[in-house]
Amino acid sequence: MEIAVDIQDLTVAYGDKPVLWDVDLQVPRGVLMAIIGPNGAGKTTLLKSTLGLVKPAAGSVRIFGKPYEQQRHLIAYVPQRSSVDWDFPTTVLDVVLMGRYGHLGWLRRPGRAERAAALAALEQVQLADFAHRQIGQLSGGQQQRVFLARALAQDAEIYFMDEPFQGVDAVTERAIINILRDLRAAGKTVVVVHHDLQTVTEYFDQVALINVRRIAAGPVHDVFTEANLRATYGGRLALLETSRVAAPASSAAPAPGD
Amino acid sequence: MELFTDYTLRTVTIGAMLLGAISGFLGCFAVLRRQALLGDAMSHAALPGIALAFLLTGQRDPFILFVGAASAALLAALWLLVVVRTTRIKDDAALALILAVFFGFGLVLLSYLQRQPNAAQAGLKSFLFGQAAALIERDLWAMLVVGVPALALVLIFWPQVKLVTFDPDFARSIGLPVRGFDVLLTVVIVAAIVIGIQTVGVVLMSAMLVAPAVAARQWTNRLETMVVLAAGFGALAAMAGAWLSTLGEGLATGPLIVLMMSLVTVLSLVFAPGRGLLWRNLRRRQVLQAS
Repeated sequence: MEIAVDIQDLTVAYGDKPVLWDVDLQVPRGVLMAIIGPNGAGKTTLLKSTLGLVKPAAGSVRIFGKPYEQQRHLIAYVPQRSSVDWDFPTTVLDVVLMGRYGHLGWLRRPGRAERAAALAALEQVQLADFAHRQIGQLSGGQQQRVFLARALAQDAEIYFMDEPFQGVDAVTERAIINILRDLRAAGKTVVVVHHDLQTVTEYFDQVALINVRRIAAGPVHDVFTEANLRATYGGRLALLETSRVAAPASSAAPAPGD
Repeated sequence: MELFTDYTLRTVTIGAMLLGAISGFLGCFAVLRRQALLGDAMSHAALPGIALAFLLTGQRDPFILFVGAASAALLAALWLLVVVRTTRIKDDAALALILAVFFGFGLVLLSYLQRQPNAAQAGLKSFLFGQAAALIERDLWAMLVVGVPALALVLIFWPQVKLVTFDPDFARSIGLPVRGFDVLLTVVIVAAIVIGIQTVGVVLMSAMLVAPAVAARQWTNRLETMVVLAAGFGALAAMAGAWLSTLGEGLATGPLIVLMMSLVTVLSLVFAPGRGLLWRNLRRRQVLQAS
């Protein structure tokens, strides 16, 4: 199996406090992988250091065997929705167009081809009618889909998403997971920081359990076990009893994000 | 209108409008990047730079004073960065501290210079609150030489500047040199400050950066329109201030410009359709009645 993302010995510290300690993680090509773990476990930091947004103290990240800097055009990124100011004076279409900037040269302005790509991406997330709205006029779920559309416009091989289901309603969650499955069907690799343990077995092929260290990673039916979850969440896992561990999940209503 | 026919008045009016337009345009980025306070600290920090430049050269040439002002403002910004990165002091406290240190040092230098024989008539004190009436044609050229490249840089890199301002993490993920753009945007704001200190002075300059942007944001949801509107508002307020100062003897132009700009801002905050207070109240009432 071809490895899309290969993370070796990754250690990240803020000040003298380690946030990630010696993490190894391999993401095979063409899978949907969830990164789960308690708050403050370093999930977002793992994503950001993989993308070069946070400088690791040690370790290496390779994308299809090469350093990240050489493979940027193969990567798409969906940051947390709360990471930007939604009152910013710009339209939905403009934000999605930003997904094409990585493919444009320094002095080229986005033209007709870029607009067409951005509109197609908006179509995919069912927001084409909102193209000319100011982004602050959208609901939380719609804003999340704008970020998703921007990533789709990047036309990448690997998609990194930081809590794409955060604060969205059940219908939007369904729409987003369908898009992720379409990406997988097209041979793309998707890595998602995820919060809701209830849906892990239903949505994902692979899962990485992180709490500063890597607790376990691999196919969901192998590693999403009670023992691993206890090791990751410690005593804080009240959800454990109700979630179906390493077994097909029924269609339980998705828990709202916090 | 004699604002544009009388030579002295014309110089003052054009100078003030240049300042209003350039600082209005560039100030949008200070506001959208949440660096309005940094702009304030940097403009106060320019004072010792002006005084030192005069002390070292003995000249009141605009270019020399610009270099002094810009160096001091950038030094303050750099120092702020070092303090926030290396200590546990939060950035608002660090801003207050650095503003006070630089401005205090500037006042000391100024009071020393006032007692020098050749300095009194140089009117350095006017840099506190500005002295638009003293603008000469060479000052206008100096404004253009500093302002046009600053505007041009932002326009050349417009898509990148917009992305870095909106979502720096995403910008970095596609390989944009975000740190470089931070420096660029700080430098262009310093350029705007430098342009304004002769006319409105270091104390009131931050109003000319922030107020046009805040007013313009009320009327539009597009960055492209916002920067043009902010430049227009800045120029309009400058013209109104310059005109008002001709009505009475000894009315200072700089503070009048700032007052006019504040008036435009207050009107925008109240009356702008969609975002204005009045509008939002009306709509809330409609929603209440409908339910």
